[in-house]
Amino acid sequence: MMHRARLLAIGRRLLMLLLVVWAAATLNFALPRFAARNPVEERLAQMASQTGGVPQGMEEMVKAYEARFGLDQSWGRQYLRYLGDIARLDLGYSIANYPGRVADQIRTALPWTIGLLGVSTVLAFLIGSMLGAAATLARAPRLLQLAMPVFIVLSAVPFYLLGLILVYFLAFRWSWFPIGGGRSVAASDALSWNAVRDILYHALLPGLSIVLASVGAWALGMRGMMITVQGEDYVTFAEAKGLQPRRIFLGYEMRNAVLPQLTALALSLGRLASGAVLVEMIFSYPGIGSLLFNAIKLSDYFAIYGCVLIMVLTIAIAMMAMELLYPLLDPRVRSQS
Amino acid sequence: MMRSAPARGPGAGLVRFARRNPELTLGLVLMAVLVLFAFAGPLVWDIDTADPLSASPSRPPSLAHPFGTDSQGRDLLAAAMVGTWLTIKVGLIAGGIGVAVGALLGFLGAYYGGWLDSAIVGVVDVGLTIPALLFLVVFGSAFREGLDTTTIALMIGTLAWLSPTRQIRAQALVMRQAGYVFLAQLNGAGGLRIVLSEMMPNLMPYLMASFVLAISQAILAAVGLDALGLGPMDEPTLGMTIYWMLANSAFIRGYWWWVMTPIAVLVVLFVALYLVSIGLDVIANPRLRRRLGT
Repeated sequence: MMHRARLLAIGRRLLMLLLVVWAAATLNFALPRFAARNPVEERLAQMASQTGGVPQGMEEMVKAYEARFGLDQSWGRQYLRYLGDIARLDLGYSIANYPGRVADQIRTALPWTIGLLGVSTVLAFLIGSMLGAAATLARAPRLLQLAMPVFIVLSAVPFYLLGLILVYFLAFRWSWFPIGGGRSVAASDALSWNAVRDILYHALLPGLSIVLASVGAWALGMRGMMITVQGEDYVTFAEAKGLQPRRIFLGYEMRNAVLPQLTALALSLGRLASGAVLVEMIFSYPGIGSLLFNAIKLSDYFAIYGCVLIMVLTIAIAMMAMELLYPLLDPRVRSQS
Repeated sequence: MMRSAPARGPGAGLVRFARRNPELTLGLVLMAVLVLFAFAGPLVWDIDTADPLSASPSRPPSLAHPFGTDSQGRDLLAAAMVGTWLTIKVGLIAGGIGVAVGALLGFLGAYYGGWLDSAIVGVVDVGLTIPALLFLVVFGSAFREGLDTTTIALMIGTLAWLSPTRQIRAQALVMRQAGYVFLAQLNGAGGLRIVLSEMMPNLMPYLMASFVLAISQAILAAVGLDALGLGPMDEPTLGMTIYWMLANSAFIRGYWWWVMTPIAVLVVLFVALYLVSIGLDVIANPRLRRRLGT
């Protein structure tokens, strides 16, 4: 019986994932067509105006391109073809870098984003949860009492604004860090200790702006949960049994308080991802956010829609993974579902 | 209403209020400062200089231009005054739509339940998985020409109802079990009437907190959209100032003053909205009063 319920829950999650991706793909398909845009024609006109040449045989060129991008078919047919392409993760050609493919551009950018966002989110989560738990200790250090409000106020400031402030002081004024980029221009592709250090050095400021701006929210949530958990009967019982305070704090209070935090983490993935897009833009970090920014600048519509779709897909998969893992961590949820 | 200390005029009342809810007070004061900057500023400063080519370009701060000028010749003080109001306006419009639609759907879903509720919850769940900013990027790049702040505000408003709906529905579900709702039902009041005249007024502080949160999220989305280059090209919103600054590589060229103005205003704005929303939360949810008592 329990297995069936579990399978049902997984099935529902998968359905939700498909629904989200379908909704995003359909919007991507429908909105530009409602706006009656012809991305190919626009791009060609832009190229013609940039090179200053008279667009000779422009009409024919547009026709040829439209046939290649499938824009000369009926909407229904285009839509089906589009959904089929999406299912195979074929995002089409980049208009600005034709014949480069959008999927290839995203494949080189995505590891940067996942690395930066993944590491800084995990760090912020761990640091924040520990700070929040420590703040409930009777003998919490004085410094912590002072740091909490600062972090909480910082959590109201968007990542990229904090990023701009950090760039201004640490990179521009004092030149401690590079102003942008993911690695040194001269760096080689070979994996070496120096290359890793170079990448970390470039990731430090963008990562710091994400960590500083999100620690406060985690700390606040954790402190609230800790206070709730400390009122529970099992904590009183553990105290009455004479367990060591250390063991109660770590194994009873923190263990239970951190679980709702994980749900909050799953829910805030979307917010984190859109924050990271803008952070990458500020730091010209070579991830998907910068790719999106440049695609917008060049009116490369297929690249814009490709970036959006892949980000939605990544977020939806990550959310699903966390929700499926959650019952493994919390036995109470396991027995209910 | 319990009054513990004897009141001595309105001043004493204000002090007591400020002491009881310092977050709300500080947030409101900061908001007032920004509104004053946006509305009283133009009385002493010529805001027509917020347009391009009205000053010599890329000048550091001076007496004539206290915040400097950008590389298109905008006076950045004037641009900040105009931009502050434009940015707040986007928040008010989109946040207003968000809470109005969210309250309606949230109450209806919670009160009637059934397929209506399932449909609302389903759409909200799917919609909230896709970050608003990404939605808006697709919107914005499809309808790029002729975007002004009002259109952008309406565009954000079409998404801004998602999280208020979820929050308000959760509150309304609890409230539906309340004794006075049951009593109104016994008295034969209709569903809409119960929602409007019994449930809505009781959730007023909560709706206010939800409104402030929606404003803050709308501004966050608008500034992000502007900074990505999908904002109104001919209006000096704070986000557009950040876009121009990035597009002209202000850091590499050493135009430090260009960066500081929009950041300062936006940080104050976000912190103010955050403080107001915690302050309202404390009023809406009395149980928080003890917990936040640090």
